[in-house]
Amino acid sequence: MSKYETVIGLEVHVELATATKIFCSCPTEFGKEPNTHVCPVCLGLPGSLPVLNKRVVEFAIKAGLALNCEIPRFAKFDRKNYFYPDLPKAYQISQYDLPLAVNGHLEFELNGETKRVGITRVHLEEDAGKLVHAQFADYSLADYNRTGVPLIEIVSEPELRSPEEAKAYLEKLKSIIQYTGISDVKMEEGSLRCDANVSIMPAGSKEFGTRSEIKNMNSFKAVQRGLAYEVERQREVLEAGGRVVQETRRWDEHKGITYALRSKEEAHDYRYFPDPDLVPIIVETAWVEEIRQSLPEMPDARRKRYLKQWGLSEYDATVITASKSMADFFEATLAEYHDAKAVANSLLGEVLKYLNAQGIEIQQTKLTPSHLAELLKLQDDGTISGKIAKTVFEEMFNSGKGPAEIVKEQGLVQISDQDAIAAIVAQVIADNPKSVADFKAGTEKALGFLVGQVMKISQGRANPEMVNQLLREKLQ
Amino acid sequence: MLEQCTVAEALERLEKKEISALELTEAALRRVEAVDESVKAFVTVTKNEALAAAALVDAKRLSGEAMPLLAGIPMALKDNLCTKGVLTTCSSKILDNFKPPYDATAVELLRDAGAVLLGKTNLDEFAMGSSTENSAFFTTRNPWDLERVPGGSSGGSAAAVAADEVCFALGSDTGGSIRQPAAFCGVVGMKPTYGRVSRYGLIAFASSLDQIGPFTKDVRDCAIVMNAIARYDARDTTSVPMETPDYTAQLSGGVKGLRIGVPQEYFAAGIDQDVRNAVQQALAVLVALGAEAEEISLPHTDYGIAVYYLIAPAEASSNLARYDGVQYGYRAEADNLLEMYQKTRSRGFGSEVKRRIMLGTYALSSGYYDAYYLKASQVRTLIKQEFAEAFKKFDLILTPTAPSTAFPVGTVEDPLTMYLNDICTIPVNLAGLPALSMPCGFVNNLPVGLQLIGKPFAEATILRAAYAYEQHSGLIKQKPALSGKGVPQDEQI
Repeated sequence: MSKYETVIGLEVHVELATATKIFCSCPTEFGKEPNTHVCPVCLGLPGSLPVLNKRVVEFAIKAGLALNCEIPRFAKFDRKNYFYPDLPKAYQISQYDLPLAVNGHLEFELNGETKRVGITRVHLEEDAGKLVHAQFADYSLADYNRTGVPLIEIVSEPELRSPEEAKAYLEKLKSIIQYTGISDVKMEEGSLRCDANVSIMPAGSKEFGTRSEIKNMNSFKAVQRGLAYEVERQREVLEAGGRVVQETRRWDEHKGITYALRSKEEAHDYRYFPDPDLVPIIVETAWVEEIRQSLPEMPDARRKRYLKQWGLSEYDATVITASKSMADFFEATLAEYHDAKAVANSLLGEVLKYLNAQGIEIQQTKLTPSHLAELLKLQDDGTISGKIAKTVFEEMFNSGKGPAEIVKEQGLVQISDQDAIAAIVAQVIADNPKSVADFKAGTEKALGFLVGQVMKISQGRANPEMVNQLLREKLQ
Repeated sequence: MLEQCTVAEALERLEKKEISALELTEAALRRVEAVDESVKAFVTVTKNEALAAAALVDAKRLSGEAMPLLAGIPMALKDNLCTKGVLTTCSSKILDNFKPPYDATAVELLRDAGAVLLGKTNLDEFAMGSSTENSAFFTTRNPWDLERVPGGSSGGSAAAVAADEVCFALGSDTGGSIRQPAAFCGVVGMKPTYGRVSRYGLIAFASSLDQIGPFTKDVRDCAIVMNAIARYDARDTTSVPMETPDYTAQLSGGVKGLRIGVPQEYFAAGIDQDVRNAVQQALAVLVALGAEAEEISLPHTDYGIAVYYLIAPAEASSNLARYDGVQYGYRAEADNLLEMYQKTRSRGFGSEVKRRIMLGTYALSSGYYDAYYLKASQVRTLIKQEFAEAFKKFDLILTPTAPSTAFPVGTVEDPLTMYLNDICTIPVNLAGLPALSMPCGFVNNLPVGLQLIGKPFAEATILRAAYAYEQHSGLIKQKPALSGKGVPQDEQI
């Protein structure tokens, strides 16, 4: 039992996938030529004024509802003032004391237990631009394409008690946001970003320790690693008789450490005040209800349904429902095929292996639910073996062709003809007298070698059970 | 003399083809050439563009096209209104060489109405001041006495209209910046209801107070220009989606039965006796014409200046933060980012602007926000409620526009004394109400301004009363001498 208890709260930024920016009609598209998706408004030119994109508010409310928040009737925008070259107005339009959503919660599973963490608030703000620091140059370049892209910030209560919990929370949050369809939540592309407040306190204490804020953790793994490092660092400071100071620290992924960026004294005074250019938002109850109705079945509900409806294991149901596209795929396959367990095995086996290797989502592959169903049927009726199925899978991913077509084209139909297999078995016995002798002398593993030879000659197409059976019969 | 035409007169003569738009514009340009060296109203004169625009209007008229509202009328714009491709300076060094890529909505509406832009006028830097002495370039002179200030911050626009350099001009009014210079220069100036005219393209000083409005030679012209610029604009969420009435249609309705409240606080110590007398006489005229007047009290008036000098600088400190040397305008040479910011802003802004940025930054700072900004916002609500209460009983509120007539250049050095110039106009901005200033007499050959304040969106009522008074007083026909004893040298741009 550790002497210390860890306290973590997360601030997560999610880029909203609206077609246009939060306060102007420039496209939000990612990866275009620098400074091509800009206008006087997002460039903050003198005299320009922001006009709120209604869709952005809808998306933020959607996130709030998915996180079980209350949606207050009245919300407003405030200015967060600070100087930086990527912020053309020298203030960010954000929400300070009256955000769009408050008092929610999120539940996640970890080590077989369900944990509930409070969501303090979900608020809207505009993204900043990007600075490009040219190497060996005495200048930097500013790209304002991202300026004004809508963000929501989701702030948790300080109720996470370990880096593992933080990672599990974040994964669940990603899953929920992905279900709502308001963002593609890709940490690698920056559409999901996470800052953390971390402190430790003597176990059982009621009073939180001094916290540090950790920035620049750009992957789920980095969040867990960065927080684990920071918890350990704070423990060492305390055990050496020191004091943790309130400061902002940056995670260095390469070195695997956090280091101080600025102290509390150096922290900005953002001088928040209500933005006089934007009228307050009155959120009509009817609109909130309309948005609530538009929410899809959320991962928890879906997982519970899978347990009941298809008798999946807790693990299988959790993994499949974590990704909306995976779960949708699962259900679409089941519309054409009866065995849920077999579909789950395929998805969590061959499919997931492929997705992880490629680093993509299932909807990005050429695999279709119909093809998967067809493949499973081909296995069921003995047309192909499980081993051949793996080959077919690969081809399905790459070419998008149907499994029957692949099997036909490549001549992968399983050989279940007794005579055909017997002929190969006879040949293998004739060609491998030593192995035959070994087996007969009691070396069981020699049989494996002989089976392998048969499979090799049949190019993997021989029905493995029949090969085994026939070999034993001939050698006894 | 052609340049003395009002908008209405010029339109009539253009319509009858007695004159061409080109002739009118040329006359105006000749006038600018003749007098602006001493008046110094213009920061930029767009001669070639003006001649081209006027010729285009003439060509359209010749071809028989339907003519828009202000076709061929020469105008000037305060240099804090964005004009596409034309230098827009805010009379500040920090906007060095800034040419906006777009027109302000009000400018676009005027261009669509066929008005001809003659140039951009001087102002107190970023509209912060009451004399145009805070311009980074030069001080504009009062056409009635060139040794005196034209008022401010829209002093250039007021002087340009008073000196017959243009038929009309636009200004902006945050705490009196249209009405006080209109009073000092003896012209009509209106600050519309907050939300009546789009702020899109008006370079912000204090966003919750700023409003664009016209300077004209008489009340009818004010109504005509209002017809062109008062419009809902989806690009400004604080602009109000409502129909624009025809402001000229109701001008001659008279004041019979109109109830006028006269707040005693606006006639108290601090307001020159001569100014009070002139305003009281104007009131007597309106009463003689059938209006009903009653003395009232607006006790929160006293807090107006204090509230204003917290809210306006607070907003300004944020609005002006974007002038950081990164994207456009002036940038100081420096070795690193922080130094670049510091040098750019230290050198680029004048002292009054810096004073207000510091005031505002302080008022918004952590630990002071509640005591200053928040408290001021609460008192602002009280001031607004007080007006709303008074307007349950009255149609108009009548006051002086400014506590004095125009003062000599260089005589008001203390900022606080300068701030008191706006004591009668500031509460109107805080409450978001429409108000108009017009000449109501002269003291020592200097015009005195009368302020008429109306209910929200009741510009038509104000214009009706102003027109009735103007018809009776005949004051508007008096012209300034454009003289004064020697003009001190100013820095030239």
